[in-house]
Amino acid sequence: MTDQQPVPPATGEPAPEAPRAAKPASDARWAATFREITTGPFGVTVLAFVLALVIGGLLIIVTDPDVTAAASYLFAKPADFFGAAWSAVSDAYSAMFRGAVFNYEAPTFARGIRSLTETMTVSTPLIIAALGVAVGFRAGLFNIGAQGQVLMGAAIGGYVGFAWSLPPVLHLLLALLGGVLAGGFWAGIAGFLKARTGAHEVIVTIMLNYVALYLVAWFLTTSAFTRPGSNQPKSPGVKDTAQLPLLLGDQFRLNAGFLVAILAAVFVWWLMSRSTWGFRFRAVGSNPQAARTAGMGVASSFVLVMVVSGALAGLAGAVQILGTEKALTGGIAGSIGFDAITVALLGRSKPLGIFFAGLLYAGLNVGGRAMEASTGTSINIVLVIQSLVVLFIAAPPLVRAIFRLPAPNPVVVKGASA
Amino acid sequence: MKLELRGITKSFGPLVANDHIDLVIEPGQIHALLGENGAGKSTLMNVLFGLYQADSGAILLDDEERAFRGPGDALAAGIGMVHQHFMLVPVFTVAENVMLGHEDVKAGGFLDLEAARARVRDLSARFGFGLDPDAVVEDLPVGVQQRVEIVKALAREAKVLILDEPTAVLTPQETDELIEIMRQLKASGTSIVFITHKLREVKAVADVITVIRRGAVVGKAEPTASETELASLMVGRSVSLGLDKAPAKLGDETFVVTDLTVLAPNGQAVVDRVSFSVAQGEILAVAGVQGNGQTELTEAILGLIPSAEGSIELHGKELRGLSPDAALDAGIGFVPEDRKVDGLVLDFTVAENLVLDLYDKSPYARGIALNLPEIRRNAEHRITEFDIRTQGPGQEVGRLSGGNQQKVVLARELSRPLKLFIASQPTRGVDVGSIEFLHRRIVQERDNGTPVIIVSTELDEVVELADRIAVMYRGRIVGFVPPTTSREVLGLMMAGVPYDEATAQVTDQTDTTGATQ
Repeated sequence: MTDQQPVPPATGEPAPEAPRAAKPASDARWAATFREITTGPFGVTVLAFVLALVIGGLLIIVTDPDVTAAASYLFAKPADFFGAAWSAVSDAYSAMFRGAVFNYEAPTFARGIRSLTETMTVSTPLIIAALGVAVGFRAGLFNIGAQGQVLMGAAIGGYVGFAWSLPPVLHLLLALLGGVLAGGFWAGIAGFLKARTGAHEVIVTIMLNYVALYLVAWFLTTSAFTRPGSNQPKSPGVKDTAQLPLLLGDQFRLNAGFLVAILAAVFVWWLMSRSTWGFRFRAVGSNPQAARTAGMGVASSFVLVMVVSGALAGLAGAVQILGTEKALTGGIAGSIGFDAITVALLGRSKPLGIFFAGLLYAGLNVGGRAMEASTGTSINIVLVIQSLVVLFIAAPPLVRAIFRLPAPNPVVVKGASA
Repeated sequence: MKLELRGITKSFGPLVANDHIDLVIEPGQIHALLGENGAGKSTLMNVLFGLYQADSGAILLDDEERAFRGPGDALAAGIGMVHQHFMLVPVFTVAENVMLGHEDVKAGGFLDLEAARARVRDLSARFGFGLDPDAVVEDLPVGVQQRVEIVKALAREAKVLILDEPTAVLTPQETDELIEIMRQLKASGTSIVFITHKLREVKAVADVITVIRRGAVVGKAEPTASETELASLMVGRSVSLGLDKAPAKLGDETFVVTDLTVLAPNGQAVVDRVSFSVAQGEILAVAGVQGNGQTELTEAILGLIPSAEGSIELHGKELRGLSPDAALDAGIGFVPEDRKVDGLVLDFTVAENLVLDLYDKSPYARGIALNLPEIRRNAEHRITEFDIRTQGPGQEVGRLSGGNQQKVVLARELSRPLKLFIASQPTRGVDVGSIEFLHRRIVQERDNGTPVIIVSTELDEVVELADRIAVMYRGRIVGFVPPTTSREVLGLMMAGVPYDEATAQVTDQTDTTGATQ
């Protein structure tokens, strides 16, 4: 949070007066809010998560049958009630921990650590796709179409994987490249339309999600994509030469996709903070007018940003099919593309943040399933927690108010209406 | 009514905008509040007008302590405010605007527009405003709109009138008329708080001058004090107001604009067949009231907005139709009018902003990789060269003061060899101390043999910098005049009067006043 605290200007003079309202104030306010939500401070994220866990705990208490029973004689034996409440919450959350991180009740270390490897496996496509969404955020574009781009990446990457026959390493690389190109092309459509006609990327990418969904459904009815002699909407398996190798042997699903995710995070970090492309993306995202005055092509940046953003989402789809799913189905993308938006927000659009946010998000999902299996607490609680985290992050003033944090900047009203 | 502010303190986080400010405004007095941008004048007035609550201190009206929870309370207590940006509904008539917020109603809930009309006519006649109650506000000139604002305040029986930078949007003639109005209001017993940073106006009209610096009252001055004394009080050190510049050594006329026309989206010509040329080593200053096509002219030269016809030639090369990137490559240095909107990316660091238009060129980039050490070295160099007060190259530009932000923009644009330098409002919102420095740098660029175009609405700046002045009015150049031209003539030209007529009018006036004395 410290980086957001007001610092007096170096000269010791009072801060400059508020910008004169030359441009519509609502635009500026929206731009500032957008930046705050997508790139705000880390501390608010942690507090938002804590807050969401607390509320999730309350929901567990309210819905737990033992607690409900104890509540009926609350005044006679209050200790029963609080004991039941405590055990309901601690049982649920510790089951979640065992399922997501380390199962300390497992007989062997390998069985115990299996939870963490599952979380890592699930997090892989989330992290990569979220990196794509974040590139858009940093450049002021809301790529809400990661879902469609993941799907296209999985379809094309998968096609290269099961239809072509190539030597081992080359085959894998080409299949990944196919996913990257497919996703980049798919998002590039939205970028091109925005640059050329001003069509809003949110609308176009949402619509392209549907196009991708039904396009892949149609692919799966063609002979090129289905198994010979089968009319199931499922493709042949990806050939061994194109599969991402397992990292820890047959016992675990964890595959080299996780390394791809780490490489992608490093790449995005380099791209955004060390390359001229990233400089331009950030400038266009932060102040398109100044970027234009400085001679940067704003329209061409929109296209490039969307292509890079979609390419990463496409890579996520390719990694999912080549590493985990091994065959194309209509539901292969699950909700990766939408969860990626959440993860990008959670990670504050920064590569390192996204890496951990992806693990956290995946951990909640994996752990939630374990919690449901072992304590009977509904996995829907996890959805509530995830949603609350996003809600709190989207409303930083709310979190600041709850924890009484100072506002990052004084709001100076100049010339406010009488 | 006597207004007293006692120990007003207001802070935003660690930033103290007002530090124990005491101020007494006697009835029927024009009290000038003088200070640089960011000195805390507006914060103080917003506290007085109830827009902010003070952390401590008291507001006393006729020695009685009052608490204002909002502008409504302040208005009810007889305090009126005319904001720098008018709070008028453009499509309403004068009478409708004046009644807005405290509408009179007739029986049955109908608006009593007649009462409002009568009030406007009455006040207008009393002070000679010449307002038509049924005129639609958006059709009125800026100076008249301002009078509507004043009538609005007077209609609510304001005893104290706060004028926040009222002359920023006015022509010199309109400023004179405003000063006349202020004198009349004073004569009728209204107190006026006049917020400004323009020394000339303060001296012309104020009874008492309070100077504010860094949130605190640093002194009081008599209107008889010299401008240099006032400026020194404002800045906190001695400043020299005059600019010593050597006579221009004119070279070839390398920049030539011919019949340039720029159309607004509605098809109206905002720049109308403008032709001029600038020689190497010459500063051409474009004078004019805000909104007469100067902004569009500079933006069209850089290629930010398309021009409909004409030509823009630099060293014989046609620039019209080029992208901003290509125009910058052709050797144009460009300081946009609003640094926060067009000049800087506020959440970028000082170092990043210093290479905003060079980031992809050697030595700041190798291929598509940024050369961070070189970008940093450049920043350290410019920070020293331009005396940019910052915590370091890594500080966000948005956290610098206005003057230092402007130095960043100028440092960037002057840091490469230029064939043409264009600066719009180069010192708007910049403290007096930095103005001096920025002016010297612009003259230095001229002396390097660069043709320079300055666009400014501040007549002082135009006269000080120009080797030649072009006056613009409604998209056309009214005339070219030397910087020795009198202010009266320049002022009339800014209102569209051609040079010969303007000179004739000014001579007439001098004659008549000479005769009556």
